[in-house]
Amino acid sequence: MTDERTKQVSKLRQAMIRPELGAIAGTILVFVFFFMIAGDSGMFGPKGIQNWTVVSAQFAIIAVGACLLMIAGEFDLSVGSMIGFAGIVIAILSVQWGWPVWIAILVAFVICIALGALNGFLVIKTGLPSFIVTLAFLYILRGLTIWLAILTTQKTIIGGVKQAAEGDWLAPLFGGTILKGLFQWFADMGLIDTFSRGSRIGQPVVEGVPMLVVWAIGLIIFGQWLLTRTRFGNWIFAAGGDAQAARYVGVPVNRVKMLMFMFTAFCACVFATAQVMEFGSAAADRGLLKEFEAIICVVIGGALLTGGYGSVVGAALGALIFGVVQQGLFFSGAESSLFRVFLGTILILAVILNTYIRRMITGER
Amino acid sequence: MTAPLIEMQDIEKHFGAVIALGGVSFDVRPGECHCLLGDNGAGKSTFIKTMSGVHKPSKGTIMFEGVEMNFNSPRDSMNAGIATVYQDLAMIPLMSVTRNFWMGNEPVKKVGPFTMMDFAKANDVTMSEMKKMGINLRESNQAVGTLSGGERQTVAIARAVYFGAKLLILDEPTSALGVRQTANVLANIDKVRKQGIAVVFITHNVRHAMAVGDRFTVLNRGKTLGTAVRGEITPEELQDMMAGGEELATLEGSLGGTV
Repeated sequence: MTDERTKQVSKLRQAMIRPELGAIAGTILVFVFFFMIAGDSGMFGPKGIQNWTVVSAQFAIIAVGACLLMIAGEFDLSVGSMIGFAGIVIAILSVQWGWPVWIAILVAFVICIALGALNGFLVIKTGLPSFIVTLAFLYILRGLTIWLAILTTQKTIIGGVKQAAEGDWLAPLFGGTILKGLFQWFADMGLIDTFSRGSRIGQPVVEGVPMLVVWAIGLIIFGQWLLTRTRFGNWIFAAGGDAQAARYVGVPVNRVKMLMFMFTAFCACVFATAQVMEFGSAAADRGLLKEFEAIICVVIGGALLTGGYGSVVGAALGALIFGVVQQGLFFSGAESSLFRVFLGTILILAVILNTYIRRMITGER
Repeated sequence: MTAPLIEMQDIEKHFGAVIALGGVSFDVRPGECHCLLGDNGAGKSTFIKTMSGVHKPSKGTIMFEGVEMNFNSPRDSMNAGIATVYQDLAMIPLMSVTRNFWMGNEPVKKVGPFTMMDFAKANDVTMSEMKKMGINLRESNQAVGTLSGGERQTVAIARAVYFGAKLLILDEPTSALGVRQTANVLANIDKVRKQGIAVVFITHNVRHAMAVGDRFTVLNRGKTLGTAVRGEITPEELQDMMAGGEELATLEGSLGGTV
């Protein structure tokens, strides 16, 4: 049944039909742009690189979860509220109740994953769009977070986590840095600037790789591997591509969606824990708008809002673009409100490009 | 004559107050193509869904290879060896042919502690199975969306055959296709039948049915109007039965010809 009317597809066109294409082009563009306008501002010095790497890593952590969930055909708008909620839970348990920090962290993870499962359960059982179900949780969790904070401390910010976390075995896994020796060696070699004054004289300005970055890289590798190399990855694509068709051939669609909701919640909790450990405090307004930022990263990365198509690496590049632009505008001294203008613009462009790529794949006209 | 592979006896299905099926009996033998004809709303879809485990019959028994079956899910009937190819739910367009072909049955291999999908095997088998069906894929990772409607049906049929289906249910595989693609799909149905697989072919096109069918059962308003054997019935008679006889006669008068 070969059809002589189908044209030979050029290698270029073939290479173009990849979900990550837009994100790769965007990343190159963004780096060239900021090299030109902010190349001498320190943005690409060690401290500057650390700055936008950490911000990008934060976006990447929640983007990986949002990406897999979106490919499985669902959204989670409660990610931002869950970040705030998890942070407050950790702070209340460890600072107010005096529990060991590691127990507080584990409890926060258990609660978050359970909430993710509840999201998934409601979506599956009611058949309602996940948009609505998780929108409800956006409000419920934010409200609970503020109420819990006020109830226990009369404040919406709970500090003192850093002191509580001292000597804890689990906390450094989220708030610490690794490869300190390597960075000290870099500094001794003169590759990284050192402090020339104060108590940390002789130490490098960047002391190591923050655990946040390690988490981001780990989650990206795990997500990409799961999606493209495993049987479960095939089920994720199938669940989002056409849930009914997938069910008919025996794919456990409900289980896949449920697990993806739980994984998204897990990612939100990783974000929250790392943030609490970094700041040494939790605040009820943390994570505001993060759910949308995660979705934007995923869409820039080439995923379709309708599910069934996308890439974790793309989403990670989306997070990188996000972080570089946000911090780059700061370094270049531009008005920071312009960041939102940029965001909206790039979102529209990404969606248009994705729609076009989708038409190329499916042959729709 | 060989024993029937599947026997449906007095199947009834009620949806609340609606009687979708009012006692339908039907059987298929290995290597036979049994056509199930009927107009829209005749109960064809409901009937095959009881066969494929989507619906549980309200009454009646399903005997498969001489054993009474009680399907609770599509998975159960699939495990027994019944594969169903739905008209528009056969394939997921955004996924590659390989990913579609293996969906739900992915081959895995162990790499250290990790269980991964065996893409080398998956791609090879997909390519060779497609070739057997007369489709030369450019590459196995091209998206199903790039295939024609007939090719998509063929991939779905090839998939069912490869995974050892004994009974293949085809839900209107030709209704959305052009002439040439229809011919290809019909030829593939014939190929599958010759391998000893029982085929249930649902259609409302009498000519498509006459082309490959060995026996024909007509459904009308949830009841069977009898089963006919190839050569003992004319297309006109089948057409009449499908429409319930009288209505079509008046139509013919004003239109001059058959539908």
